[in-house]
Amino acid sequence: MIPAPFTYQRAGSVDEALSLAAQGGEDAKFLAGGHSLLPLMKLRLAVPEVLVDIGRLSELSYVREDNGHIAVGALTTHHDLANSSLLGGELPLLAHAAGQVGDPQIRHRGTIGGSLVHSDPAGDLPAVILVLDATLVARGPSGSREIPAGEFFEGLFETALAPGELLTEIRIPRPAQAGWSFQKFTKRAIDWAIVGAAVQGDQVALVHMGSTPLRASAVEQALAGGAAPAEAAARAADGTSPPEDINADREYREHLARVLVARGLAEARSRA
Amino acid sequence: MTVNGKTVDAEVPDRTLLVHLLRDVVGLTATNVGCDTTSCGACTVLLDGQSVKSCTVLAAQADGHQVTTVEGLANGDGEMHPVQRAFHAEHGLQCGFCTPGMVMAAVSLLAENPRPTEEQVRTGLEGNLCRCTGYHNIVRAVLAAAEGGDSQ
Repeated sequence: MIPAPFTYQRAGSVDEALSLAAQGGEDAKFLAGGHSLLPLMKLRLAVPEVLVDIGRLSELSYVREDNGHIAVGALTTHHDLANSSLLGGELPLLAHAAGQVGDPQIRHRGTIGGSLVHSDPAGDLPAVILVLDATLVARGPSGSREIPAGEFFEGLFETALAPGELLTEIRIPRPAQAGWSFQKFTKRAIDWAIVGAAVQGDQVALVHMGSTPLRASAVEQALAGGAAPAEAAARAADGTSPPEDINADREYREHLARVLVARGLAEARSRA
Repeated sequence: MTVNGKTVDAEVPDRTLLVHLLRDVVGLTATNVGCDTTSCGACTVLLDGQSVKSCTVLAAQADGHQVTTVEGLANGDGEMHPVQRAFHAEHGLQCGFCTPGMVMAAVSLLAENPRPTEEQVRTGLEGNLCRCTGYHNIVRAVLAAAEGGDSQ
């Protein structure tokens, strides 16, 4: 399988990337690691006319402390996130979850920015940055803007980014509560999560329980109201509309959400 | 780009995948196309020393970088790489289709973690499928290569 024909253009700077994307119009796409986009293009589910390769913009690959939060460049690979000592110390949830994405080869190429803008509800990192209350920084032709993670994921493969806008950085505050857990249920090691749960303190987000990653609001409210973790976890599927597919029907996903959130809360408390 | 230490200069259509450049243009056919969907790992090569699935990398993305295929592992005298020798000694292959990718994934794994545990070898090879299910001997081969040292 090969992608439909397109024009490949390589950007040497963020400004050049924005300008190439603007010239390419609506049928232009940014190419980072390509590990979400190229498989879709090979299946002809995506048919962009122009690919703007941003993969060499090394200035967008970093993990650093910045004004009290952790700043992660959008082009940082999963491999680099998983091996970052700063993340390992400050945001172990993100480092650990990045090390669970796909397989080693995929983690060598795939980037956090690519994973977020792909906005697949079965993706691991969207739920992680949602539970961490991250802010996403996007640059477009008219400048930069910040988008809270809670407003970024709009639907299946849809984000708040405008055409031609480029995600450049993810800003993550230091968590108020230390305990964390990442639970992912798959049939085989490299599969997408059938359901997953990301837990940081008393904050919980769900993978693949709707068309976007979701905060488990009912669980968080129950915990805030003094409920025990097991009691709160029983409400993990409240207010969700999980998809049905070859792997799981709705009831099974709801069951998995309750089980995984219970395990996640227990593990997070054991690490707090 | 550089492939197995030699400069390769080629003009290919924009949509050319790295694996097709290697097989059809450069003529290195050891790297196999298996699933063609980033799952099976048969097309694994090293890009700047890191394992990647060459069915999911554009040739243009590898432009200017260093690519290593299984043909590039043996030294100039034809002496096999320690990981190849270990696959041979431990019978780490059955039909052989997954072997080039499996060897390259193992080389990358050992470069990052020269003394892995058995569990680390198994998780480190998650991205490679063996349809003969010959995993036990493959894992044994990688552990033997690590044991022998000099696996990079």
